[in-house]
Amino acid sequence: MPFLEIKSLEKRFGNVDVLKGIDLAIEEGGFLVLVGPSGCGKSTLLNTIAGLETITAGEIHINGRKVNDLHPSERDIAMVFQSYALYPNMTVAQNIAFGMEIKGVPKPERDKAVNDVSETLQIKHLLDRKPSQLSGGQRQRVAMGRALVRRPLVFLFDEPLSNLDAKLRVDMRTEIKRLHQSMKTTIVYVTHDQIEAMTLASRIAVLKDGILQQFGTPAEIYNHPSNMFVADFMGSPAMNLIPASVEANGHGLRLSMPQRSGDPLTLALPEGAGRIAKHAGGNVIFGIRPEALTDPDGADRNSAGVVLSECQIEVVEPAGSDTFAVTHLGGKQVVARLRADARVAAGSRMKLAFNLDKAVFFDPGTQLRIA
Amino acid sequence: MAQAATAPSARNYLQELLPRLVLAPSFAAVLIFVYGFILFTGYLSFTDSKMLPSFGWVGLENYSKLWALPHWWRALGNLGIFGSLYIIICSVLGLGLAILLDQKIRAEGVLRPIYLYPMALSFIVTGTAWKWFLDPGIGLEHTMHQWGWESFSFTWIKDRNFAIYTVVIAAVWQSSGFVMAMFLAGLRGVDNEIIKAAQMDGASNLTIYRRIIIPMMRPVFLSAFVVLAHLAIKAYDLVVALTGGGPGQATELPATFMYSYTFTRNSMGIGAASATIMLIMIASVIVPYLYSELSTGRKS
Amino acid sequence: MSAAAPDTAVRTASLTRILIYCALILFAFYYLLPLYVMLVNSVKPLDEIRQGDMLSLPQQFTLDPWFSAWSTAQIGVQPTGLKPYFLNSILMVVPAVAASTLLGALNGYVLTKWRFPGDNLVFTLMLLSCFIPFQIVLIPMAKVLGLLGIAGTTWGLSLVHAIYGIGFTTLFFRNYYEAFPTELVRAAMIDGASFFQIFRRILLPSSGPIIVVTVIWQFTNIWNDFLFGVSFADSYSLPMTVALNNLVSSSTGVKEYNVHFAGAILAALPTLIVYVVSGRYFVRGLMAGAVKG
Repeated sequence: MPFLEIKSLEKRFGNVDVLKGIDLAIEEGGFLVLVGPSGCGKSTLLNTIAGLETITAGEIHINGRKVNDLHPSERDIAMVFQSYALYPNMTVAQNIAFGMEIKGVPKPERDKAVNDVSETLQIKHLLDRKPSQLSGGQRQRVAMGRALVRRPLVFLFDEPLSNLDAKLRVDMRTEIKRLHQSMKTTIVYVTHDQIEAMTLASRIAVLKDGILQQFGTPAEIYNHPSNMFVADFMGSPAMNLIPASVEANGHGLRLSMPQRSGDPLTLALPEGAGRIAKHAGGNVIFGIRPEALTDPDGADRNSAGVVLSECQIEVVEPAGSDTFAVTHLGGKQVVARLRADARVAAGSRMKLAFNLDKAVFFDPGTQLRIA
Repeated sequence: MAQAATAPSARNYLQELLPRLVLAPSFAAVLIFVYGFILFTGYLSFTDSKMLPSFGWVGLENYSKLWALPHWWRALGNLGIFGSLYIIICSVLGLGLAILLDQKIRAEGVLRPIYLYPMALSFIVTGTAWKWFLDPGIGLEHTMHQWGWESFSFTWIKDRNFAIYTVVIAAVWQSSGFVMAMFLAGLRGVDNEIIKAAQMDGASNLTIYRRIIIPMMRPVFLSAFVVLAHLAIKAYDLVVALTGGGPGQATELPATFMYSYTFTRNSMGIGAASATIMLIMIASVIVPYLYSELSTGRKS
Repeated sequence: MSAAAPDTAVRTASLTRILIYCALILFAFYYLLPLYVMLVNSVKPLDEIRQGDMLSLPQQFTLDPWFSAWSTAQIGVQPTGLKPYFLNSILMVVPAVAASTLLGALNGYVLTKWRFPGDNLVFTLMLLSCFIPFQIVLIPMAKVLGLLGIAGTTWGLSLVHAIYGIGFTTLFFRNYYEAFPTELVRAAMIDGASFFQIFRRILLPSSGPIIVVTVIWQFTNIWNDFLFGVSFADSYSLPMTVALNNLVSSSTGVKEYNVHFAGAILAALPTLIVYVVSGRYFVRGLMAGAVKG
């Protein structure tokens, strides 16, 4: 039995459907990340779990209990907000203890709980300060402390790192992961940052326009995106999505993609590309991640599906750890990820290695993955 | 989605209604005491009410009587003179002072409160001060004579043709500092980079103000106009304290007209009709303004 | 108008600057003139005003006009001075300010943090009520005060002012709470705080500035009101402004200008003190009341 379960959840504001039939479930101790572009409904979904917004239809269960009609304070959840939402007029200690104070927990008990939590988060020295006297990272810790002290069944995080600068964000990300590993509580975490989603999640739910696009482990989402939106949204630089036609010759199938000049580029597909066969003579979208498109020396030697082909390099972007080369296929700009010291010059032609084992194919009409 | 939407709680249905219950008394008070009363007064303007409200329907009779009264025309004419001078002088003076005060003036902290303090005073106090200061017998004229300028004459407040201008003087004194504050806030909101860009284009200070900064003050002009127009239409206390509407009817305004017809001349129907017209005047200024303010506010 | 606002980048030559200072100082004299006239002439004997000029300092200093204005001058038919009316004004202002501020705060809280269908209409109607000419409510209000049995009382006046202040106080608090982070309210909901607990523990402690602005605005407006006072008060419950006007414009006897000036200053004193002590907030209120919804 899943620990947090959401069944056919719908949410309507006036005439606008914000969430259209969401089904999700996560086991106890799981880390569920809700990711998607702004306006996709991920924050609304989180708020409905918290009980901060009503739902139009569907059910939410936490630990086997239906919580649809419960007040936020009765759902046994805690939430860390994007702005941290620390009460400005209270000290750190009062902030952390406020929920217990409302519940009427006696002072000595409150003090002990505050003490324990502040030790875990190393914020003991901040307890007497007001939120305005704290740095961004410290506020973030206090916000987590306020959530931790409730010992909730589920932690909800609403883009908690988006107000931090880049370096601190990476540090806090690691810290949240470490905290999750040691506490083993269930977490639902909203972000628009796909790297955060990949690094933190045990399960990712990708949303767009209030519809769940895909729900799976980070590896599933990354390697087998269920449609072109997920493929494009997850991963940076984004997956190359190249319109191509499938041609059958005597031996098997090959892909053909027009180039800016000269003959179309053709790639022979390896054996067993069975599901593509149906599309022979038609068009597909050929999806290949930049790291599966590299210089021949950098290609994966263990992969049988590597095919070499010469491309016109238009722009070269050295990024330190890698060098990105931009070419043009099927009317689209295509990014290849080369080793940092690969010899390449803009305007020249060079052989690129396409790792077709890692390639995915989409139906141009439905945008769904076909192989 | 700025709302912390109400969560349904099986435990407590009342809790969900509580916010609306808290708002209800205020809203009810406003509905009854503002909108209900407006309807009531509007209704009275179609009745034969004299000393007391009475409900005999007379149609538009009060309005036709009202528009036939020279006294009412006098009040409207005075409002026209007073209102336009008051608005124009306050805006020009306010903008001028704000621009001067915005030149990194050291003593700004001292000067600004001096320009503004009249706004804290009651119009009755203002009226009293100016009434005696402009009184030829003891005020300015008398003082000038004492100083040896025997031919000096300033008798506007006693003069049927000029008394309305003394109301303008006192009202401008009271409100122009406030308009100055509005413009000063507007000037402080001008992006300095725009000014620097204009300076690099070789624009003189005069050009910068005339072509760039003052046109940017458009919203402030609009706000100032709305505030001043609405104060002008409501103006009552100042006239009562300064001239009492006189000499004769020389400084009657719609507000004093309404009061005297309703409460001293026992023509409540006509008084109600004049109040209704005042409301329409103010609404025609305020409603379009608030409408545009609220709709642009929603967009941003 | 905050002091922290950056100065203009416009630069001016030094001759221009001298002219600017002269102009500014000249205007300062213009604004100070009536106050100066009231002050100097309130401490002169009447003869000195009649024979001397209004701008000169007193040759013979006397506080008699002040005492007279405060406790013995003839107001209407009674030689009571302004003292009882000053007290009337205080008794009228304090409850009206307290009630309208409290209601405004609660209304602003509901309208921003507990929104419901139709809340914008409610707010718009309250906002529009700020601008009506009060002439339009005088007749029915007089009747209702009579029905309630509080016609001609200070309580009645207080009620009238409280009601017609709600629009402004709601406007002030709504605009202030609009900028107050809703996430704080949500956090408190998760912490289990109730409607009133959230208001009292989370919003109210952060509302200091807007409370000051609202109280000052309401205090100034109600203290300075004349129309309601003259319409609804009887001769015992007159507020200060009406009493002052009666003192100044009474046509019987000698015109005691010095007493009038002293009385005018007495009537202006409370709002002037508020202005001097907290002018910053006063201006903020003016701006908030003047611009935007």
